[in-house]
Amino acid sequence: MAEPSIDQIEKVITDSLVTFGADRDAISRDAELDALDVDSLDLAELSQIIEENFGVELSSNDVSEIKTVGDAIDIVAERAK
Amino acid sequence: MTGASRGIGAAIALALAADGWPVAVNYRSGVDGATATVEAIVSAGGHAVAIQGDVSDPAVPDRLLGAVREQLGPLAVLVNNAGLRADGLALSLSDEDWQRVLDTNLGATYRLTRAVLREMIRARFGRVINIASVIGPRANAGQANYAASKAAVIAFSKTAAVEVARRGVTINAVAPGLIETEMTEGIPSDLGERIPARRTGRPEEVADAVAFLASERASYITATTLYVDGGLSA
Repeated sequence: MAEPSIDQIEKVITDSLVTFGADRDAISRDAELDALDVDSLDLAELSQIIEENFGVELSSNDVSEIKTVGDAIDIVAERAK
Repeated sequence: MTGASRGIGAAIALALAADGWPVAVNYRSGVDGATATVEAIVSAGGHAVAIQGDVSDPAVPDRLLGAVREQLGPLAVLVNNAGLRADGLALSLSDEDWQRVLDTNLGATYRLTRAVLREMIRARFGRVINIASVIGPRANAGQANYAASKAAVIAFSKTAAVEVARRGVTINAVAPGLIETEMTEGIPSDLGERIPARRTGRPEEVADAVAFLASERASYITATTLYVDGGLSA
């Protein structure tokens, strides 16, 4: 799988969060997932989407470290290298 | 549909097929029964395949579900019915009899449910129906392992259900009372005398409850236990 660009990762994550009910206008790198009303079920589904799109498997420990949208983008970018 | 070669499982497979679901008839050792179930479904105009696998083996659920997806497509309904009993007083149960009942009745239910929920939450639709028992919510001397496993199936079903409810996935338990099957022959019990309906149940009566919970009509029913027991649990 070719290394994805940051823009590609950001788009997949943003679209997923919107699907989960987050307000697109409130999504930014610094936005906290809690504030976006993204919970553990959403993160479990996001992990599946990330795995399907980028071949990156996130453990439950990895997921627990993700606090902001930027954290999610960065960990996927790092692991997809 | 696990444990579908005979008894309640076979009746459920037939009822689901009659409602139009393509059915994977899972069995451990009852190949003749599973084949008969498939033949009965096909001759009634339904679609079914038999798939062997001992669901108490932790390696089996993923293989089993892979075979179901390959042969029938995405999973919309999972019925965890495979179960066994190994009776004895709690004070004399062997570790082996304790563990194998828990592994099949509870462990397999957990692993299969976990495996299907991943795709069901993505599909925004799914039905998981776990076959519990009236034994568990109420006592029956000589069945401590079985009762523990079935009470745990109810607790597991409720908790998993609330976790995924907002994704359109329902998880419920069905708790049969004393149903006429090979499995209930020789159960150490005087429960039969206490059934308000004054009769044992038929596998088809349990199957109807499962078919209802699998249907669109039950879309707002989740995290509950439907007793099919002639009033025994009252």
